[in-house]
Amino acid sequence: MTALERYVAPRALGEALELLRDGDVTIVAGGTDVMPQSHSGKMKFGRTLLNVRRIPELAGIGLEGDTVRIGALTTITGLLESALVRERLPILAEAADHFASEQVRNGATVGGNVCNASPAGDMLVPLIVLDATIELAAKPNGSVEARAMPLQEFLTGPGRTRRAAHELLTAVRVPLPPRGFVSRFYKYGTRPALDIAAISIGLGGVRRDGRLEKVRVVFGAVAPTPIRGAATERALEGRPLDAATIEAAAQAAHDEVRPISDVRASAWYRQELVRNMTRRLLEDVARG
Amino acid sequence: MSLAVEIEFRLNGVVRRATVPADMSALVMLRDVLGLTGTKYGCGEGECGACTVLVDGACINSCLMFAVDCDGREVTTIEGLAADARVERVQRAFTAHGAVQCGFCTPGMVIQASRILAQHPHPDRATIQRGLEGNLCRCTGYKKIIDAVAAAADQT
Repeated sequence: MTALERYVAPRALGEALELLRDGDVTIVAGGTDVMPQSHSGKMKFGRTLLNVRRIPELAGIGLEGDTVRIGALTTITGLLESALVRERLPILAEAADHFASEQVRNGATVGGNVCNASPAGDMLVPLIVLDATIELAAKPNGSVEARAMPLQEFLTGPGRTRRAAHELLTAVRVPLPPRGFVSRFYKYGTRPALDIAAISIGLGGVRRDGRLEKVRVVFGAVAPTPIRGAATERALEGRPLDAATIEAAAQAAHDEVRPISDVRASAWYRQELVRNMTRRLLEDVARG
Repeated sequence: MSLAVEIEFRLNGVVRRATVPADMSALVMLRDVLGLTGTKYGCGEGECGACTVLVDGACINSCLMFAVDCDGREVTTIEGLAADARVERVQRAFTAHGAVQCGFCTPGMVIQASRILAQHPHPDRATIQRGLEGNLCRCTGYKKIIDAVAAAADQT
């Protein structure tokens, strides 16, 4: 039985934010998470079902100064079709290419993937590698108020974020990576398509004289949220990217993740994957 | 009783109105409210592709889409593609190559195969396999399905 009392599909951001003041609102865009989660009983509807898919302020990808603003309604296919994303944020395009299937990529949105806050969310790892910030809007007292925070801070646990009940995630902002920035993404599932990651790894850094600087390493599906690999980053930062550095970084990655055992993989297997795939990604970076 | 919402959208080229529960999927609406049973219910959670339809020209799992979100949009099901030349070519290739076993995945496969050919008129096998990754055939007749799509492509 549903507690739904109202369905609304506003065409303006302000209207959506006013509806959100009610506080008991289920937000839907593509539906690819909300539909199965509501049918399985994992998620209960609020009083209002708010379809944000017709709000133009939430759509589109654009360059604003040195920042790529990705509207929350951008679909995964939209990322793949964006020349700006493919050319300037290739790690995001790579992860989008590994996302579910075409039918799901056409419906699923970036904002939805972020707000669903799965430890294995495919967009989260590359976005954290890219130091993404999320934009939230609310209208508590008649005027629109916006705030922003780093994506990593926004995610607090499986399905949990710092979004307040009256807030809407409007966009993800990604600073353009500096010159010389290299990045890699790897996702392991039992088949290439439609699988939830058993682990995923994203890494990025500025390559200079055979070394990586400003290194960012992120692991997915090994903790309640995607996590930064601080020890792995330290093992890499500023060091010649040779066999010894790569081995030390791979071992640090193995040692610092604390995954659980579940239907997709055992904790032991996840740690082995993290070590071996971190090594493989780094060898690939070192080669080219 | 669940909340009912009135919607209006273009279904297979014809404007349709429907009154649907707010939490109903587009798939259940198509089959149970509008009587178009060519779109199949396989898994109900976006894993199998048997429910693939086109929404504003893009292939979507109709089981993952809220029926209410069809409002104002253009929805095309397998029934609406009967006269489409590309789809007909795919259908003929499916029968000629024995790509239909139990037939349950076939409507979704045919729609998705037609999308692959629209995007890649001469796909290699890897492109066909990649394009069909969201469609499961539980008879596991993938080889013949891929043969059929390749054959349909060769006829262009």
